[in-house]
Amino acid sequence: MSAIFQVDRLKKSFGGLDVTRDVSLSMEKGDRIALIGPNGAGKTTFVNLVTGHLRPNSGRVLMGGEDISRFNPMKRVRAGLVRSFQVTRVFAEMTPEEHVALAILQREGKSGRMAGSYHALPEVMRETRAILETLNLVALAGIPVSEIAYGQQRLLEIALAMALRPKVLLLDEPAAGVPHSDTYLIENALKQLPDDLAVLMIEHDMDLVFRFAKRVIVLAAGEIIFDGSPRDVTQDARVREAYLGSYAHASSAA
Amino acid sequence: MSVTEVSNDITDAFPLRRGWQRDLIGVGIIIIAAIAGYFLFPNNLALLTRIIAILLLVLSLDLVTGYCGVATLGHAALFGAGAYAAGIAAVTFGMTEPLSMVAIGALAGAVAGLVSGVVILRGHGLAQLVLSIAVIHLFHEAANKASAYTGGSDGLSGIAPDPILGLFAFDLWGRTAYVFGILLLVIIFAVLRILVRSPFGMLCRGIRQDPVRVSAMGASVKASLIKMYVISGAVAGVGGAFNAVSTQVVGLDSLSFTNSAEALVMLVLGGTGSLYGAFVGTIVFVWFEDIVSAANPFHWLTIVGALLIAVVLFAPKGLYGTAVTLVERYGRGRK
Amino acid sequence: MQVFFSIAVDALAYGMVLFVISIGLSVTMGLMRVVNLAHGAFAMIGGYIASYAARDLGLAYGFAVILAVVGTIIIAIPLERFLYRRIYGAPELTQVLMTIGITFCVIGIANYVFGPTLKTIPLPAELQGPVNLGFRSIAAHKIFAIGCGIAVALGLWYLIERTSFGVKLRASVDNTAMAAALGVRTKIVYAASFALAVGLAAFGGVIGAELLPVEPYYALRYMVTFLVVVSVGGAGSIPGALIACLLLGAIDTTGRYLVPEYGEFFFYLAVIAIVWIFPRGLLGRAK
Repeated sequence: MSAIFQVDRLKKSFGGLDVTRDVSLSMEKGDRIALIGPNGAGKTTFVNLVTGHLRPNSGRVLMGGEDISRFNPMKRVRAGLVRSFQVTRVFAEMTPEEHVALAILQREGKSGRMAGSYHALPEVMRETRAILETLNLVALAGIPVSEIAYGQQRLLEIALAMALRPKVLLLDEPAAGVPHSDTYLIENALKQLPDDLAVLMIEHDMDLVFRFAKRVIVLAAGEIIFDGSPRDVTQDARVREAYLGSYAHASSAA
Repeated sequence: MSVTEVSNDITDAFPLRRGWQRDLIGVGIIIIAAIAGYFLFPNNLALLTRIIAILLLVLSLDLVTGYCGVATLGHAALFGAGAYAAGIAAVTFGMTEPLSMVAIGALAGAVAGLVSGVVILRGHGLAQLVLSIAVIHLFHEAANKASAYTGGSDGLSGIAPDPILGLFAFDLWGRTAYVFGILLLVIIFAVLRILVRSPFGMLCRGIRQDPVRVSAMGASVKASLIKMYVISGAVAGVGGAFNAVSTQVVGLDSLSFTNSAEALVMLVLGGTGSLYGAFVGTIVFVWFEDIVSAANPFHWLTIVGALLIAVVLFAPKGLYGTAVTLVERYGRGRK
Repeated sequence: MQVFFSIAVDALAYGMVLFVISIGLSVTMGLMRVVNLAHGAFAMIGGYIASYAARDLGLAYGFAVILAVVGTIIIAIPLERFLYRRIYGAPELTQVLMTIGITFCVIGIANYVFGPTLKTIPLPAELQGPVNLGFRSIAAHKIFAIGCGIAVALGLWYLIERTSFGVKLRASVDNTAMAAALGVRTKIVYAASFALAVGLAAFGGVIGAELLPVEPYYALRYMVTFLVVVSVGGAGSIPGALIACLLLGAIDTTGRYLVPEYGEFFFYLAVIAIVWIFPRGLLGRAK
């Protein structure tokens, strides 16, 4: 088995409502997968189940064959399972440089050090620089995040994920809230992710999905209804039904 | 390039690159102010010494409130624990060597910090606040009831510390106590500045701004906060022990809700999250208290209340924070 | 049995007084999300006004109660308008500081105006002395306090569940922005709830004066007690507050009877234990 990440028959219900039904998937090194689905399909619940913020009713999550179902969110991150947030979560008063340095220090187990500064650690400084350069954030390195544009804060989310050097990365709508004209910035940033990293991206922007993903998974009403190549997804009958059905509802409501 | 360089030094509220230079200046200012105080107010050294003890409490509160974002109304528990531990060590167990009294105070404060940290961090928001108030009342009642050791509501008296290192006896004018206090303060301030600029300090600032992001980085929010609470307890404990050594008594009021609330007022008056604000706030507050309560003790609480409301309305960043903002704006205006 | 009965009656009376005072705090916290540490100060103001009216002016008890409620609301209106409105939605620390500031001011002023001594509110003849229930006799003022608590609980239930104001109030508690969009004038709902909360606090301060004596440090002494009711009962929940009050009343009274020396110690220990076990409140609603 070369699967680095596996979800095995995950189930979750709130009250009587099944929001995740028997979801299984596996990822290998270097995978670029997009998870799509109409609103209310259970994508966010899925992310919360996988990252340990919600407890599933049954099912397992495995990293490299190891069962991490009982791990709390923090331990899952340490095991190499990292997520980004749909709505940017950053430290308003800290600079991008501090953000990235803190993530690197945390990864290296040095964030508990009570003396010194990351400025005195050349390897941390070098890596911080490199990541900020990769994402074109060097010019903003010393400005508090509250003063930089939202699109650049989204890039910083990705920078943080890179700095943690995950094995599996869950990107929760990386382009959400970014003007369409700036989506290319996010897309370029995603191209810089290491080749051997397994990436699962939740996204609504179909152009981005088709350019990014080698494989598409469609979730509808808590179930995986499609798992295959981007070319086939639009031809799939169940996918068309799920989407067009929901669009019909959406247009009548709006 | 050089223009931005210069403006960066002025504008960064908490600069990292040149931080240590600023901290050296800060330590220099403390020492100069201490020497000036010694010669300008030779008859008021007791007040200045009291300021030092309270300052240690407020600095310690800044660690958890200013850096970690924990709102607590029970911080005097840590200070009082240090004070009583040092006092009891001297009176009951005959350990009157001042340096070991301070060390015992630091240890007791750290333990109290661990206990109250574990309790207070159990809740969030209102529950956290309720726990912090309950903790200080609990400590107060415990000290009140254990009167065999603490003297109960009469206070613990008869603390007679030996000369420091066997050389410097505590004199009637409080000179030795003052110098001892300044030395403690400078050392602790320097250590704390190193701490808040360290990776751990950065992590704690991160926790204050977004704990969810910190845990998504794989760091333990709770363990970090408890660690900070223990450090904070040690600092407050040194303050309490120093107060016991310098005044030679420990009163129940050191473990009171009012004491906790006043420490918070001082911190907010000066400005949270810089340690410098703690200095400004404490000195202004205690000085003010000394003047007002000498003139009219009845109105003191009213004035503290009014002061607090005024700070919230007109200077939410505190005196130091507001000054920094003004300098920053001036710096940008020039650029 | 005798002891048990006395404890039960005292606990019930104490719990009901707590309820009358704290329920207003619970409603405003649920609605405006303001951690109002000054709530006890309003109960204290009510107590002082009633004491002044009944003892110094010689007015009838009923008049004194009405005067206390109205007077406290009148004092609270400018505070709401100029101070509280600025901290709706502010960070918790800001709210704590502002309301502690108000508490300190009230204590300082009360101390200056009325002096540091305890103030009594003379009870009318009907509420003095014991009432014989056939098998036991109970102090009349305790029965009165219990009755008031039940009346307040029923009255609030009716107000919130059965009137149009209640509908608006519940809508605003659930989602202020949505309620405003639907045409509820939330500012008026806020102001009315605040007045109601303060009025109930004052009422509770007066009828509970035999159990929670009126003195300048009243506002600080019982601060944690009122807050813990909301924290344990859940902000905005009447049943939650009722359960929390009865529980706290039972703990406090039992402690005082059985270990009078350590009563307060055990009370605070119990508070910590309860919040520790239910950090999200008994009914799991408090955030």
